[in-house]
Amino acid sequence: MSNANERMIARAAREIAPGMVVNLGIGLPTQVVNHLSSDFPVCLHTENGLTGIGPVLGPDRADRNLIDAGGAYVSTVPGSAFMDSAASFSIVRSGRLDLTMLGAFEVSADGDLANWKIPGKFSPGVGGGIELAQKARRVVVLTTHTDRAGQPKLKHRCTLPLTARGCVSRIFTDLAVIDVTARGFVLVETATGVTPSQVANATDAPLIVPDATPPSF
Amino acid sequence: MKLPDKRCPLHDAIARIKDGDTVMVGGFGVPGTPMTLIHALVEHGARDLTVIKNDANEPGMGVDHLLQSGQVARLITTHLGLNSHAIALMNAGRIKVEFNAQGILAERIRAGGAGIGAVLSDIGIGTELAHGKQIVEMAGVPYLVEPALRADVSLIHADCADPFGNLVYVATAQNFNPLMAMASDCVIAEAERVVPLGGIAANDVHSAGVFVDHVVELGELSEEYSVVQR
Repeated sequence: MSNANERMIARAAREIAPGMVVNLGIGLPTQVVNHLSSDFPVCLHTENGLTGIGPVLGPDRADRNLIDAGGAYVSTVPGSAFMDSAASFSIVRSGRLDLTMLGAFEVSADGDLANWKIPGKFSPGVGGGIELAQKARRVVVLTTHTDRAGQPKLKHRCTLPLTARGCVSRIFTDLAVIDVTARGFVLVETATGVTPSQVANATDAPLIVPDATPPSF
Repeated sequence: MKLPDKRCPLHDAIARIKDGDTVMVGGFGVPGTPMTLIHALVEHGARDLTVIKNDANEPGMGVDHLLQSGQVARLITTHLGLNSHAIALMNAGRIKVEFNAQGILAERIRAGGAGIGAVLSDIGIGTELAHGKQIVEMAGVPYLVEPALRADVSLIHADCADPFGNLVYVATAQNFNPLMAMASDCVIAEAERVVPLGGIAANDVHSAGVFVDHVVELGELSEEYSVVQR
């Protein structure tokens, strides 16, 4: 993985406050766990029915009955609980989930999120993503700032089918930390060596840049 | 008094399934997927099935065998991302796929098991997942009507059973199994171990045996139950 993505993930990990219940989505967000120390007080949740996720185990130590929603062989920690799928999503929909970190194909300046379907190309189903996006108390996105073709993922409006409307609060990319506000995208921090104008040029919507130089990560 | 013994040979239990049936299949990935019951259903050959399962496992594993054998007409699911075969069958129009939000699929099954007609939920409002769904207002808030799901047969995987069908699941092999174990006219549970009546303490039962019709004891587990080497 590139240094820029590694810094993005490390920065996103600082978003997690002690005591939170957190769901880390499949892909880049899952790797945030590598930046949490083993004594940090947090409850990680996975949709397939576990609160209190422990470290990922290699094939030699894996339990065949213990995976996360992405299929990784995880472990438990003292105090973990297993539950069925209905109870697991009750946590999500009832307001018990403080924070979720999700991947994205597109995020709009209104906080709309598209991350489950590219018509004609990619339609594996929405899984648990729609409930995480719509119901977690806070939704943040981890994504590369542009797609593989170099096109911006942060847009005035999403063009792909939506996962949920107006759900995203903050976006962590390889270039910047950006908040979604009533006024649109606001630059909060830049990656080391990246200028605000580089971030603005890679964003397909107006980017509000504060007068003071934003901190870097 | 003594509770009835529901232990049953594998193929006698699967013989209950008929062409055109709706079949719920437990599991999320490998954990909790009743691999042995699925193989027996492939051998049995019932066709034109509607299968309700969270995911389609991976190519060459679990419910994928039923898809590849052409026995499944319709799949009600949440995510096929790990099974390229299933996505190809869907794109070729050979199986009809209905996607649900994962927790809503769980609630629809729970409602079916609870004898309730539907659940109301705001999940997916304003997205294409809401297309074609009835909307009702309660106290000024719009909700989608999500009809309950029941099936003719449920195929369940448990870690441990007793002859009456009391079931215990382990770790994340629980997932949809306890919900599906209440939501069908005929519930068939495969179990890694079958202990005598009383061998599962009443306090430790996850699914009460009263919901279960047939208990199939597994012998040595096939390779398909093992840790997936990726």
